[in-house]
Amino acid sequence: MNEILRPIVIMVVVLAYVLTVATALIWVERRLLALFQERLGPNRRGPFGLLQVVADMIKLFFKEDWIPPFADHPVFVIAPALIFITTLLSFSVIAFVPGFVVADLNIGLLFILAMSSIGVYSVVLAGWASNNKYSLLGGMRAAAQMLSYEVFMGLSLMGVVMIAGSFNLTAIVEAQRRVWFCIPQCAGFLIFLIAGFAEARRIPFDLPEAESELVAGYHTEYSGMKFAVFFFGEYIGLTLFSSLMVTLFFGGWLGPLLPGALWFVLKTFVLICFFILARGALPRPRYDQLMSLGWKLMLPLALLNLLITGAVLLAV
Amino acid sequence: MSGAELNIPALWPFVVYSGVVIFMAIGMLGTSYILGERHRGGAMGQPYECGIVPTGSARLRHSAKFYLIAVFFVIFDLEAVFVFAWAVAVRESGWAGYAEMLIFIGILLSALVYLWRIGALEWGSRHTPRRGAEDSL
Repeated sequence: MNEILRPIVIMVVVLAYVLTVATALIWVERRLLALFQERLGPNRRGPFGLLQVVADMIKLFFKEDWIPPFADHPVFVIAPALIFITTLLSFSVIAFVPGFVVADLNIGLLFILAMSSIGVYSVVLAGWASNNKYSLLGGMRAAAQMLSYEVFMGLSLMGVVMIAGSFNLTAIVEAQRRVWFCIPQCAGFLIFLIAGFAEARRIPFDLPEAESELVAGYHTEYSGMKFAVFFFGEYIGLTLFSSLMVTLFFGGWLGPLLPGALWFVLKTFVLICFFILARGALPRPRYDQLMSLGWKLMLPLALLNLLITGAVLLAV
Repeated sequence: MSGAELNIPALWPFVVYSGVVIFMAIGMLGTSYILGERHRGGAMGQPYECGIVPTGSARLRHSAKFYLIAVFFVIFDLEAVFVFAWAVAVRESGWAGYAEMLIFIGILLSALVYLWRIGALEWGSRHTPRRGAEDSL
């Protein structure tokens, strides 16, 4: 009985946690940005405006499920679902506390990298299927940006894998008992952080949806729930990247006094706040600057980090 | 992880989880399809182009740069896969493996330097160092 019940409980808790955090993030982001910009943000519905999200959700469900007649129908519907599914699936390998994981795959990290690669399809298909010029430009930009940053995102994590000797996320956290990997792997961490911004398409790297030039980029033609699923997927992606960074570089559940799960959530929350602060503080670079940063600086740095880590590991 | 072999029975939660996630995506989109209002009017059937009447199709020909990036991705990410395989076995493969990886990454880097030199990494043609390289790209 326990054999069956335990995984189901874990599944339900993981799903509930991720969806709650992603939903709450809509409110957190608006309130925090307002704070940084000396505004109030949503503060009318419920205590501190918390019910604003619920009101928005109800509204979105009753909005027209509009598929433009000029769009490619099946692809237009599949595209938003794809990003939602891939980001949520990635959470199945993240260990919140030892043993508390849906699938303890020994290729956990590779699985997440694979899922984030499939996520690229979502934006590029959305841009193409919309049959709108802005969408197409946004979709192409997104594809080129995410592919470029994907290359060294994987490479920047290999330093961690080398030290831990495993792709399994539980094993990686356990290997950080002595020191968090953000210290020996600080170069890898910074590279991954920058790649994370680009992969999650957050400001400063939100060029695929740069509203000042591309209207809304790849989701120009999207409205109602399909638009919301895109945004939901983006917030799940933000939670995923923060959780992944906590797991790989900040010792996951490790920490004194407080229970492990609380440490994990706290660290994730701090990182999410950092992502939001960056949105409030940074301008958007030009597209050519973004691409040359990726290929000319980050890729060589990631390779160099790899070689130095390898040499140090073998020498010690 | 002690064994390298996959433990198939232990994977059922993953399969169920995937099913639930896919079902949720369908559920969210399906619910709004059922609940949503429907109307037709005015310019709803036209692509949005900042309020003016749309011109031409969106099936544009775009810059060859995008294809180039796709090709670079295939080359570099495929080579990254070999690096991944080495990363889990650094200690086992020792200095011999390290030397081999050094050569491998050296080739990778020289390919990058080559692409850089011919201007393939420049976005836009302003900084191309060689005349004529623009045409071939």
